[in-house]
Amino acid sequence: MITARYWREMPQRYRYEAGKCVKCGYVAFPPRLICPVCKAREFQTVTLANTGKIETFTVIRVAPSDFEDEVPYAMAVIKLDDGVQVTAQVVDVDLDELKIGDRVRIEFRRISQDGEAGVIFYGYKFVPA
Amino acid sequence: MRDVAVIGIGMNKWGELWPSRIRDLYVEAALLALDDAGVDKIDSMYVGCMSSGLLVGQEHLGALMADYLGQAPVPATRVESACASGGVALRQGFIEVASGMSDVVLVGGVEKMTDIDGGSTTYALATAADQEYEGFHGVTFPGLYAMMARAHMARYGTTREQLAQVAVKNHENGAKNPRAQFPFTTTLEGVMTSTMVADPLRLMDCSPVTDGAAAVVLSTVEMAKKLKRHPLVKITGSGQASASIALHARADLTWLGSTEAAAKTACKMARCTPREADLFEVHDCFTIAEIMVLEALGLVEKGKGGPATAAGLTALGGEFPVNASGGLKAKGHPVGATGVAQIVELAEQLRGDAGARQVKGAKRGLAQNMGGTGASATVHILEVES
Ligand SMILES: [Zn+2]
Repeated sequence: MITARYWREMPQRYRYEAGKCVKCGYVAFPPRLICPVCKAREFQTVTLANTGKIETFTVIRVAPSDFEDEVPYAMAVIKLDDGVQVTAQVVDVDLDELKIGDRVRIEFRRISQDGEAGVIFYGYKFVPA
Repeated sequence: MRDVAVIGIGMNKWGELWPSRIRDLYVEAALLALDDAGVDKIDSMYVGCMSSGLLVGQEHLGALMADYLGQAPVPATRVESACASGGVALRQGFIEVASGMSDVVLVGGVEKMTDIDGGSTTYALATAADQEYEGFHGVTFPGLYAMMARAHMARYGTTREQLAQVAVKNHENGAKNPRAQFPFTTTLEGVMTSTMVADPLRLMDCSPVTDGAAAVVLSTVEMAKKLKRHPLVKITGSGQASASIALHARADLTWLGSTEAAAKTACKMARCTPREADLFEVHDCFTIAEIMVLEALGLVEKGKGGPATAAGLTALGGEFPVNASGGLKAKGHPVGATGVAQIVELAEQLRGDAGARQVKGAKRGLAQNMGGTGASATVHILEVES
């Protein structure tokens, strides 16, 4: 992955920064330049809620190249307590016990590595709350 | 707007086509379509293709294909909208003829997917999702559709057997299609014991990786009437819509809003409802996708796609025959070609030339093609003049 491409997303991946529309309150994650709800263009930087629940999930058993060593791993769409939905891995959990509605908490973790000796990418994963 | 006819169709046998280069795949299908139409001069051409850059290291397909088809210097445009590349290319060709800009337009779609290893193919396909906020975390396309499936099962009680029935039905149809990649039948048990890919989806819930191409020639109705080679098949409706690129950005993870919107536009143009079509070619990239498409098109109520499939509503002899061709599941899914191949199938059915898989007396067909988890969708209505 191009280093600059990774670097640009760091505020979201490291500090969970989102943009809150000052007019209607819509929370955009990642930040946007125009609000998809009310078309306002002014946002205030806020931090994502750090807990939420699993809306749906899967266990990946056939992975993309960078994740082939990780299988099987759980991926979920998580609805955070501020209403924002994100896609992320759920870790430190028994894959057979996972279910919709489970409460989870955000944690900063290693995500993948760029090739065998490349940059290590970090970001958020979720663990049982 | 001028009426638009489909005057030629072409498609090669799909599969793992080692000897064929991507340029050969496209040109073979294009020549079949041009010969079928009985024309050799075109005003313009389109190439639907998703990811030739990642899959074979070649971009700039418009010019490449015009060159190898011997059609340079006609304008040649490559169209990319993930797995909806073919449907969007078709719509561009339709608009070009309807607008009066061109009289004869070739629309082809192509994908060469088997040259690279599985992990790289999975990666290339995953670029149709939100790379920074879905792909970055390790999700795959089977994984995204698996999450839609699990949400659908939890909300509506859709069962594992109902998902499997989509694959069983499409393979039954595909076994009657000589151009299908996997023309064999399967059973519920065969699907439900195949390798797990992303729970609850197994290998036999997924469309395959395929090399292939398909092409159609579009013209004005006047020209079609002059050529008079085939029953007159017209495109009477065309719709396209978009939705959030990321699945997680949608309020309802079980609803294909872009398909609903594209169908509305296409049906308004064709002055009909989806239920008035005699057959359907839809985007069953995964078994759950076909179930969700039935609902988005309004063929069944929200949440009822599974039971309807199990009851035979969408079988070849059912009320709404879906994917008589075998669908993406059995026919194959060379992503950029899929949306065009759906039109090939509909035109062949409407001409009455579909052999063992013919939907008897078919007068109107509907094609639905989508990209990503439904971030792009097209719907086209075809009708035959009797
Ligand atoms: Zn707003």
